[in-house]
Amino acid sequence: MGRNTISNDIHISERTEKIDGFENFVEHTPDGDAKLSLLISGVHCAGCIQKIESTLAKEDGIKGVRLNFSTKRLELSWEGDDSKANSFVKKIQNLGYGVNPYSPDKQQEQAQEQARFLLLCLGVAGFAMGNIMLLSVGLWSTSGETMGIATRSLMHWISAAIALPAIIFAGRPFFRSALKALKGGHTNMDVPISIALTLASGMSLYETINHGEHVYFDSAVMLMFFLLIGRYLDFRARGAAQSSATDLLSTLTGFAKVIEGEKTKNIPIRDVREGMIIRVAVGEKFPVDGCVSEGQSTVDTSIVTGETIPRDIQINDDVYAGTLNLSNPVTIKTVSATEDSLLADVVRLMEKATQGQAQYVRIADRAAKLYTPVVHSLALLAFLGWWFIGGIAFQEALMIAVTVLIITCPCALGLAVPVVQVLATGSLMKKNVLVKSGDALERLAEIDLALMDKTGTLTLGKPTLIGDYSSADLQKGASLAAQSAHPLSKALAQAYDKELISIKSVHEIAGSGVEGEIDGKLIRLGSRSWCGDETVPQSEHIELWLSHEGHDAVRFLFKDQLKEDSAKTIANLKSHGIKSIILSGDREEVVRQVAQECEIDEFHGGITPPEKYKIMEKMQSDGHKILMVGDGLNDAPTLVGADVSMAPGTAIDMAQNAADIVFMGDKYAPVYDTYNIANLTQKLVKQNFALAVMYNIIAIPLALAGLVTPLIAAIAMSGSSLLVIGNSFRLRMNS
Amino acid sequence: MSVLIYLIPMALLLGFAGLAAFVWSLKSGQYDDLDGAAQRILFDDDENPPET
Repeated sequence: MGRNTISNDIHISERTEKIDGFENFVEHTPDGDAKLSLLISGVHCAGCIQKIESTLAKEDGIKGVRLNFSTKRLELSWEGDDSKANSFVKKIQNLGYGVNPYSPDKQQEQAQEQARFLLLCLGVAGFAMGNIMLLSVGLWSTSGETMGIATRSLMHWISAAIALPAIIFAGRPFFRSALKALKGGHTNMDVPISIALTLASGMSLYETINHGEHVYFDSAVMLMFFLLIGRYLDFRARGAAQSSATDLLSTLTGFAKVIEGEKTKNIPIRDVREGMIIRVAVGEKFPVDGCVSEGQSTVDTSIVTGETIPRDIQINDDVYAGTLNLSNPVTIKTVSATEDSLLADVVRLMEKATQGQAQYVRIADRAAKLYTPVVHSLALLAFLGWWFIGGIAFQEALMIAVTVLIITCPCALGLAVPVVQVLATGSLMKKNVLVKSGDALERLAEIDLALMDKTGTLTLGKPTLIGDYSSADLQKGASLAAQSAHPLSKALAQAYDKELISIKSVHEIAGSGVEGEIDGKLIRLGSRSWCGDETVPQSEHIELWLSHEGHDAVRFLFKDQLKEDSAKTIANLKSHGIKSIILSGDREEVVRQVAQECEIDEFHGGITPPEKYKIMEKMQSDGHKILMVGDGLNDAPTLVGADVSMAPGTAIDMAQNAADIVFMGDKYAPVYDTYNIANLTQKLVKQNFALAVMYNIIAIPLALAGLVTPLIAAIAMSGSSLLVIGNSFRLRMNS
Repeated sequence: MSVLIYLIPMALLLGFAGLAAFVWSLKSGQYDDLDGAAQRILFDDDENPPET
């Protein structure tokens, strides 16, 4: 057991003094300024934005600094040397925020581009609608005779001049998606929308040219405006696009400290190659899979194995990328580069899971599938019926067919889902639940089986002191523990909130514990073999020993405790017919105990990430709809593969990215709350569809009878939309 | 009715002005960070950092 206090000190000074390598990420603007994107963690209020921005703005040469609160991205631009980047980063770190180089995420950028495009279309449609309505009110309130045919035609022509370009410009989201669907040989909601928009404007143009009165530019543009609102809300509800599995590897961004001869160099993790020697400081993650070549430490492997107790490592032991180095700096030899690591294996499994995922057909698309043929055949029948049987002119029959299409156009249908969803995600957000994918709530409402991880999901994911101890022992233990960063020490220090005693010459000893002196007597806190009593039988719990010269050794016991509401949540889920199963990488007996406490009958312990995935796959093929709740790297593939997935906010980034829903806080109840809101959302969506259908049942006969005028069409369209929006707001009252 | 000859172009012009303002605000990124904008009104002094 070598003493590592000296190297520890060196390490601390390294961490606070030296930041370099960020110049590798600097880009240049056309004007020759340096530009850098950073990902800032720990930003959660206006104060944070201001602190970071104003601190940096005072720096020399800074030209622009802007922190995007939604994406937590900081855009920096400055005049001068690239290497200034490091001093800026240091300034931010000194403020207490985490800084990572931002690797641009194509998908996220495309999503932002798409949101802007939809907003632009919405703006254009709104402008067109407002101006056409201005004219339409005049057209509706008088007749051709009082106004004069010439004036009416003028107003129609102006409407056409506004509406046609607006529809061509702002209708693109629908036209594009309809074309894509038709090319693929199927149909979606955008096909009838596109047809209605095209026919309505085409027929209105024809009427305008012939000085007719059935001009529907106002309805067409209004339809487009309402639908674009629905589309934009839908897009917002979907939130940031789920990063693809390959992007997840970028969660290991930053640098590795590579030793080359006498010097150490910061190299971006992605450039680390096999055989490189890397120094990993305390509190850092191992950037690659490797083999320990110098030093000994303890490693938190929970993200890979789900095991809560830190593992001791010595020379020649293997370490995995992504695991956390807890007690001492060590040097490792890279066995496989980042892209070949276990982490990358998991990512590959996730990619496979993504591809294997059955495309979920959203309820709106299912409705469109039913709706499109019905409406189109109705319009066709109306045309043929009036022309052949009714005996009216070709143009008039066509007009009636087109009014059928306009009046049935899924304005309310287009709003039915997104409005409820935006309200539901909003109210979940207030409960600290973040819904990341648009159809997650829809899929959640259908589940009948919940798979869950143990550590960090059902349990708090950190050890808590259990049992009774004398206050003198607690005080000594906590005082010594306060000097150490080990999770067990932290837990012990946390369990004691009274005054601490001072202990002299405290130092940490690799793989053993901490020791110090009280009044010249040695006091140690650490492992059984180092300072414990070997005659005491092993406990099923995690233990930490305290020895003080002249006293009996004391054993502190720790347990990863259940979240206070885990058992209740599982009982609640059960009352809805949802069975819960635990899948954990932890030891079987620990898992059994948790299962008993939560009254879960089925559990699997000691399983690897691929095994977890296999179990999930098998249940899926048995016809179950699966919710997966997990927080670790070992859960990530299963999170992707399951029908719907949730991760606690304490989960590793990769699991949070993979999950559809993220819930914050130390509780498990959000799983059940979210399930409830998902059910309510589905109920309201179905009601909205029913309302839209009811509206059609009234409106279609009118249109078929040829009784619909532009005014009636406008009223029907906005009326049904408002009804659906109003109904959606009931979610607020009920949740 | 001849007053329409002035009124309609005026209405359209105003509408266009509004649209132009909207397009400008969109292009200059004012809708990119709506959550941040909600927070920024809480800044209590005028110490504005330079724009990017």
